Amino acid sequence: MSKEKLVLIGNGMAGVRTLEELLELAPERYEISVFGAEPYGNYNRILLSPVLAGEKTINDIMLNDEQWYRDNQITLHKGKKVVEVNRARRQVIAEDGTVAPYDRLLLATGSNPFIIPVPGHELSGVVSFRDIQDVNAMLTASRQQRRAVVIGGGLLGLEAANGLLKQGMEVSVVHLLDTLMERQLDQPAAMLLKSSLEQRGLKFLMGAQTAAIIGDDRVRGVRFKDGSEVEADLVVMAVGIRPNAELAKKIVLHCERGVLVNATMQTYDPRVYAVGECVQHRGTSYGLVAPLFEQAKVCANHLAGFGYSRYRGSVTSTKLKVTGIDLFSAGNYVGGEGCEDIVYKDPGHGVYKKLVLKDNKIEGAVLYGDTVDGAWYFQLMRDGTDVSDIRAGLLFGQAHLGDSGHGGQNAVAMMADSAEICGCNGVCKGAIVKAITEKGLFTLDDVRAHTKASASCGSCTGLVEQLLANTVGDYSASPKEKPMCGCTDHTHEKVRKVIGEQHLTSIRAVMDFCEWRSADGCAKCRPALNYYLIAAWPNEVQDDYQSRFINERAHANIQKDGTYSVVPRIWGGVTTPAELRAIAEVADKYKVPTVKITGGQRIDLLGVKKEDLPRMWGDLNRAGFVSGHAYGKSLRTVKTCVGSEWCRFGTQDSTGLGIKIEKMTWGSWTPHKFKIAVSGCPRNCAEATIKDYGVVCVDSGYELHVGGNGGIKVRVTDLLCKVQTEEEVMEYCGAFMQVYREEAQYLERTAPWIERVGLSYVKQRVVEDAAGRRELYKRFLESQQLAQVDPWAERAEHGVDRHEFVPLKQVAQ
Amino acid sequence: MESWLEVGKLDEIPRLGARVVRTLHGDVAVFRAGDDQVFALDDRCPHKGGPLSQGIVYGHSVACPLHNWCIELNSGCAVAPDQGQARSHPVKVEDGVVYLQLAGARAAR
Repeated sequence: MSKEKLVLIGNGMAGVRTLEELLELAPERYEISVFGAEPYGNYNRILLSPVLAGEKTINDIMLNDEQWYRDNQITLHKGKKVVEVNRARRQVIAEDGTVAPYDRLLLATGSNPFIIPVPGHELSGVVSFRDIQDVNAMLTASRQQRRAVVIGGGLLGLEAANGLLKQGMEVSVVHLLDTLMERQLDQPAAMLLKSSLEQRGLKFLMGAQTAAIIGDDRVRGVRFKDGSEVEADLVVMAVGIRPNAELAKKIVLHCERGVLVNATMQTYDPRVYAVGECVQHRGTSYGLVAPLFEQAKVCANHLAGFGYSRYRGSVTSTKLKVTGIDLFSAGNYVGGEGCEDIVYKDPGHGVYKKLVLKDNKIEGAVLYGDTVDGAWYFQLMRDGTDVSDIRAGLLFGQAHLGDSGHGGQNAVAMMADSAEICGCNGVCKGAIVKAITEKGLFTLDDVRAHTKASASCGSCTGLVEQLLANTVGDYSASPKEKPMCGCTDHTHEKVRKVIGEQHLTSIRAVMDFCEWRSADGCAKCRPALNYYLIAAWPNEVQDDYQSRFINERAHANIQKDGTYSVVPRIWGGVTTPAELRAIAEVADKYKVPTVKITGGQRIDLLGVKKEDLPRMWGDLNRAGFVSGHAYGKSLRTVKTCVGSEWCRFGTQDSTGLGIKIEKMTWGSWTPHKFKIAVSGCPRNCAEATIKDYGVVCVDSGYELHVGGNGGIKVRVTDLLCKVQTEEEVMEYCGAFMQVYREEAQYLERTAPWIERVGLSYVKQRVVEDAAGRRELYKRFLESQQLAQVDPWAERAEHGVDRHEFVPLKQVAQ
Repeated sequence: MESWLEVGKLDEIPRLGARVVRTLHGDVAVFRAGDDQVFALDDRCPHKGGPLSQGIVYGHSVACPLHNWCIELNSGCAVAPDQGQARSHPVKVEDGVVYLQLAGARAAR
């Protein structure tokens, strides 16, 4: 059977990206041919500005050279303009008479620069700023001519003006309105931008309406409505772009400003798809790269015959690609009915920040001079996060939210190429930038896959996103509703809801009900599903052993050489000489190479062979120890200080209370690891204010703190409330853990969870709603009745999972 | 004539799991996929030598327990853009019994 034929009209970024996505999904499905009016392969149009400014060359911005088309068996008709499509016969006809039949047609004809139809607009020396030819024309002019006028003070116009200035021309920017970049900036930001561009040498003619371009065969100048004139050897028209729907209109596809498409990127002829700047989707046409790529992904999904992806429109942000000017804009930056502004202004330092809030959510942002937090605001905006709890510090940026450490390291543009961005995988800035430019990467996932940066702990994600934004130009992160993994389109929340509502009690049942796309999920979704099931139906669900990470299967921590570590539970960090002797004997008996005191006041026996684990656990069990769960997404330790029993400052029995809490909470599975500490006085020697649940004893009772984290991003706890009795400490602890267990996403620590749902919400559930708190506490204790079984004893004494610890066979070969 | 070693019963390997066969040339991981197909690879991830037998098995792939590289069970190849290959060994199931051929031992002859 011969392959179906796919023809792409328009050899630009959106169309070719669709082909790339398609080749990933269904490499063998189509015989593909491409028509492009320009005599080049596919290049990155966004980076034309740096080419004009002399910071990059054309070769730097090529995305797919001609070899790429050959390698993928794609016929490239370059320099051939398509003039007709016969939809009845399904044929594409080019200017030179080339005829290509199709089964599916993809339109990606892009956009045209808008040329103001004033007298003289066709004179030699009048150019637009759209493609390589335009850039070449400007570069040639800059070598021979002196004076340039750029009409249009928007993003494109300013980038063109900056480029020409760098090429040594005298440049004036003509703008119809009084503020520059009025589509992206409010007035104060525009004023700052204007003055810093003036300092670089640009001249501005504001509020000037062009009446005519003057000259005989070559341009000599520009005349305005008020009769004034300005001399010019080169005029650049950069007043905007219009979707290029010429061909679509000619072949009678329904068009308004652009080609109308539905959520599957189909036009009114279902065999004809369209993506990119020529498209109009729900009344909007996009001229930025991120939305075009989202469209490409959806379109490829349908061309491949998968049929499940939907395009729902994009939220966009922009950044001016003028070196040395930091500017970020997103969403509704003007405000209006029902909106509030938060503004920070320091003209002396050239810094201006404005956030527009509506109903406690970010509606838009303009940042000038300090754009470090642009990606963060954009994320809060897209996610619709309620910011009322962090409002006071919002404008000071993410670094002031309470997290420092890696989070505080910022301003990526200023870093040297050798600066390490990803501390886990040792990836430096230069390597990431190189991968982005050479491999043509546009998304965080691309960068993760190719460089491993931000692919481990994720703490440098913000930095990588900034690098993408700086290198690519405009960048929008992944859509708001993140699916659990590649196996499904459902979010974590949706899946949990279904598990509860449909009373699903096995991974198979969830996958069937939610129509998982893979037979048995993946390493990402299976552990999450297993946790959600156990948390929802503790009495009914059979733990799915093969869906647990090795540490939770072997009940020990895997080390880099494949050995394991063993950490017995030491309640509240209090031990006895007899216990220590028992540990010492076990360490000797099994020749444990390293014995270490942990940060959680316990003893870590490192370098144990897997097959020794059950016997070692048996020995520890006999000495009275149980598993310390140092390996699990579960309650880890309860750290304590000595408290009133010995300490001259102690106000309460912090040690005794810590032991009580540990006896109540041990063995519970949680979305991520969970740490507790109890300090006996405000000196806080147990460091309770960087734990998931921290108790600080005071003379009059107990302060309860939540959401702390000493890890990647240090986050100090939020104060939940103050209580009077130990019984209350226990009840609030159980209730807090239970809300977290029932509602946080798998692998989400309490710190980001609280930042996501807001402290007010947690207070409402645990503090204000007393009846609800008692219910939560009850559910927690119920699930604990089943969870508090020592996994070590089961394996040491009762042969549970014996296969895990012995080889299948030993052979003498 | 290649020699097939009997290494155990299929039932002794958990579905979506793996067991180790200890050889003179190092451990070999024998995987059992969800569809009961079996695969055998050297128990060393091409990345940093992590024991693949300890990973999470899904489809015909395993995620290495150390750094989550994804390795294809039939070829031992890392999934792009990661690069590298764990050596694979012929393996078959007859009447519920798993047989293994050691690729290394064969090459050594």
